[in-house]
Amino acid sequence: MRLASKDVLGLQDMSTTDMQLILDTAESLKEIISRPIKKVPTLRGKTVLTLFYEPSTRTRTSFELAGKYMSADTVNIATTTSSVVKGETLRDTAKTVEVMGMDMVIMRHPISGSCHYLAKILDASVINAGDGMHEHPTQGLLDMFTIRQRKGRLKGLRVAIVGDIYHSRVARSNIWGLTKMGAEVVVAGPSTLIPPYIEELGVKAYTRVEEAIEGADVVNVLRLQLERQQKGLFPSTREYARIFGVNQERLALAKVDYLLMHPGPMNRGVEIASDVADGEHSTITEQVTNGVAIRMAILYLLLGGATDETAD
Amino acid sequence: MATNLVEKAQIMDAEAIRRGMVRIAHEIIERNKGTEGLVLIGIRRRGVPLAQRLAAFIEEIEGRKVPVGVLDITLYRDDLTTRTDQPVVHRTEVPVAIAGKTIILADDVLYTGRTIRAALDALMDLGRPAQIQCAVLIDRGHRELPIRADYVIKNVPTSKREVIECHLTEIDGGDDKVMIMEKSEG
Repeated sequence: MRLASKDVLGLQDMSTTDMQLILDTAESLKEIISRPIKKVPTLRGKTVLTLFYEPSTRTRTSFELAGKYMSADTVNIATTTSSVVKGETLRDTAKTVEVMGMDMVIMRHPISGSCHYLAKILDASVINAGDGMHEHPTQGLLDMFTIRQRKGRLKGLRVAIVGDIYHSRVARSNIWGLTKMGAEVVVAGPSTLIPPYIEELGVKAYTRVEEAIEGADVVNVLRLQLERQQKGLFPSTREYARIFGVNQERLALAKVDYLLMHPGPMNRGVEIASDVADGEHSTITEQVTNGVAIRMAILYLLLGGATDETAD
Repeated sequence: MATNLVEKAQIMDAEAIRRGMVRIAHEIIERNKGTEGLVLIGIRRRGVPLAQRLAAFIEEIEGRKVPVGVLDITLYRDDLTTRTDQPVVHRTEVPVAIAGKTIILADDVLYTGRTIRAALDALMDLGRPAQIQCAVLIDRGHRELPIRADYVIKNVPTSKREVIECHLTEIDGGDDKVMIMEKSEG
């Protein structure tokens, strides 16, 4: 069993078979993370680059650890300390590292579609670690994995995605992934932060958070992406917290065994109240662990087998 | 050019397999002077029911439970980079710490020895056992590595054109049996 493509660029184009295969493989690999010796020899001799044009803690680190746990060699380029500051183009940077023998490039970039462009010009596999306001497929998969592990299924669940939908690639990947797997997705946030076309993706949009949370099995809270926003989308973070913030009182409307998720990093006290973020329904730290398992699964599925069809 | 398998002969039936299992259960207890520190680990897939059955026989004889684990060796295969049909990874489940334990590694057929090699590496990554012994249903020869089994239910001399097929109730349904098949090109 292998994935249909050499790249993982988004969940919009990924089949449910491939998503299922990634989730099942992650299920098997997760156990390695809790071993005393966290290393299997599977990807010995494979080289993986993380190329990040935007800041990141958990995505970049978890890709690097996933590679290391599978014995791949991992190299990082933080663009602020690379030739990118001298004006090198994305194409030249990517070609340079490819001829050094990279088997895979994991990229985060502020421009939507940049990973698709990279995948076209490189023979190496490309993984999208977040492209602009478009997709963040590994986050979508790890959220689905977390829900599936806790609830035993995705089909038929009501998932509320709350917050800054407009700027969120996490929201888009979650919507595409979850709806394909048969979950019911609803979104909520201030109308300035909900894109007008959103219901075309097969979700219901609300401007009152309470309506989305009501009866939800899962509440996924998104970060207010202040660095991407223009001014004037909402009056103040204090007012945002009061009207749209996810807190104990609003969560009382969800199902009794609801899950509370957040992709991180959190603005505590703004989109999510601190007590619920650390509460018993929260899966926020578990999501981080699961992120490593999902990325190990994708590395295995893209780099583990032969790439040449005649190699056998 | 597809290769088909044609059945040549059935070499064991359920009763023969059961008797063989009882015999090596006794051998394991005898050689290790009881069940102290024993852990049975089955290699996916058909080593798993063998390990479970051995544990049941040992418990019947000695009156003590022996822990059973499941090992998936996919991540340790030496042919991963040359196979195009990428194998699906399954979970490794070893319920106890194996450091200092005597591991009985169970598999259905011992052939080239490469599966056992991968299993040994996989076990070493889980801890440092005191010793590892190997129990198999069939030893068919043609080793490519310096590996041997400690407990063998049946030795079967084969040619490389032949394939040994083990059917075990837990996985394949029906009655247990072992057959020699021959590859025919067609």
